[in-house]
Amino acid sequence: MIVIGERINTSRKAINEALGRRDRVFFQEEARKQEAAGATFIDVNCGSRLKSEFEDFMWLVEAVQEVVSISLCLDSPDPKVLAEGLKRVNKRPLINSITLEKERYAALAPIIEGDAADVIGLCMDDTGIPNTSEKTVENALRLVEKLEGLGLKRSSIYLDPLVQPVSVDTENGKAALKSISTIMQSLPGVHTTCGLSNVSYGLPERFLVNRTFLVCAVAHGLDSAIIDPLDKKIMTSVITAEMIMGKDEYCGEFIDAMREGKLVS
Amino acid sequence: MADLTKVVDAVYKGRLKEIQGLVQEALDTGAEPNTILDEALVKGMDVVTQKWKEGQVFVPEVLRSAKTMQSGMDILKPFLVKGSGEAKGVFAIGTVKGDLHDIGKNLVAMLLESVGYKVINLGIDLDPSVFVEQVEKGVKYLGISALLTTTIPQMKVIIDSLEEAGLRSKCKVWVGGAPVTQEYAEEIGADFYAVDAAHCIDQLNSLR
Repeated sequence: MIVIGERINTSRKAINEALGRRDRVFFQEEARKQEAAGATFIDVNCGSRLKSEFEDFMWLVEAVQEVVSISLCLDSPDPKVLAEGLKRVNKRPLINSITLEKERYAALAPIIEGDAADVIGLCMDDTGIPNTSEKTVENALRLVEKLEGLGLKRSSIYLDPLVQPVSVDTENGKAALKSISTIMQSLPGVHTTCGLSNVSYGLPERFLVNRTFLVCAVAHGLDSAIIDPLDKKIMTSVITAEMIMGKDEYCGEFIDAMREGKLVS
Repeated sequence: MADLTKVVDAVYKGRLKEIQGLVQEALDTGAEPNTILDEALVKGMDVVTQKWKEGQVFVPEVLRSAKTMQSGMDILKPFLVKGSGEAKGVFAIGTVKGDLHDIGKNLVAMLLESVGYKVINLGIDLDPSVFVEQVEKGVKYLGISALLTTTIPQMKVIIDSLEEAGLRSKCKVWVGGAPVTQEYAEEIGADFYAVDAAHCIDQLNSLR
């Protein structure tokens, strides 16, 4: 599983405060812990800081990459922030995110052209977030065609099917799972990823809903997720689900995780 | 005398299969149609939104109650005297330009409708002029939704446009959506920040 460690996000209060006081040690510790827990990328997002996002973001990139050996996931609503971030990283990053929305696509295409970075592609266009799996898959196919046209390798593309809350329509979970399996079958080599907080909106015991959805998604071919790698329960579910899906040769990852005390039941 | 508590309870618990029979029974036992509407159907929705606010019930239950309420209304409608059961007010709601999110906004629209407001759901990705037009047409309550840090500045554009058109004092403006905060609402000059539909309903009722 390609784990995009989500902890450095200023929508979390402690993170926002630490960024306000430029607490370098705090962020370096956050980053190190995520790498040690098995993150593949460290997501960096300070989009909630409307007025100072640009400077905040560059400071974060600098501070984080100093202490980790893995790549960053540059996560911003602002293409200018992403373009500058890409110049500042010393390892090929993952860019979060591009969509089929005309304006956003046009702003981001030059940044990633020629396979300059890995990229998360949200399966939406100017008509909005799809409400059927068919439309999601159609967007996925269009987006991959366009990105490949820009010179991106298929393996550089991470498609997010944009799971919607099951609380408002109980078909939503199933639709996202169907999108994942159809995308993985029709676009071999591409990655699928997703965040988990949407699926559980409006329900109690949200972590349980998130975790169970993730297991279902792994069973439908999902190979990446934007999660908290320090959450032992979610990591346990991921490692176990991948083993069950035949992605863990000789069950090595699972058994190692047990020996390292990473599994909780 | 008709026992309306059964109807209130059925709306609150979302008993879709029973609601129509219970409304019919209330009518048959002599309850006034308007009383059934206000004291039973709307009251049931008030109970459920209040409990939702307190974290005791959850979104799917609220949706089921709203559907139950509507189903009860289908029986009641032909009996409501003309001019009675009028909307408490007109609320126009939409998502700002560049923003395509609609789940939260639709939830607010549905719940306001179920507690007796007439709701005009304007849609998503809307030009500021669409909001201004509504106030020109006499709409007094305006709800603006934005779910992205890149699109919430549009809320200010809308409020400024209302100001320029000389319409700001003619309406109350609500803002809502994940990145919106009370401070931001105050900064851009909105009248209310509603964290969810239940708070919006309380704020609307406080104006009456």
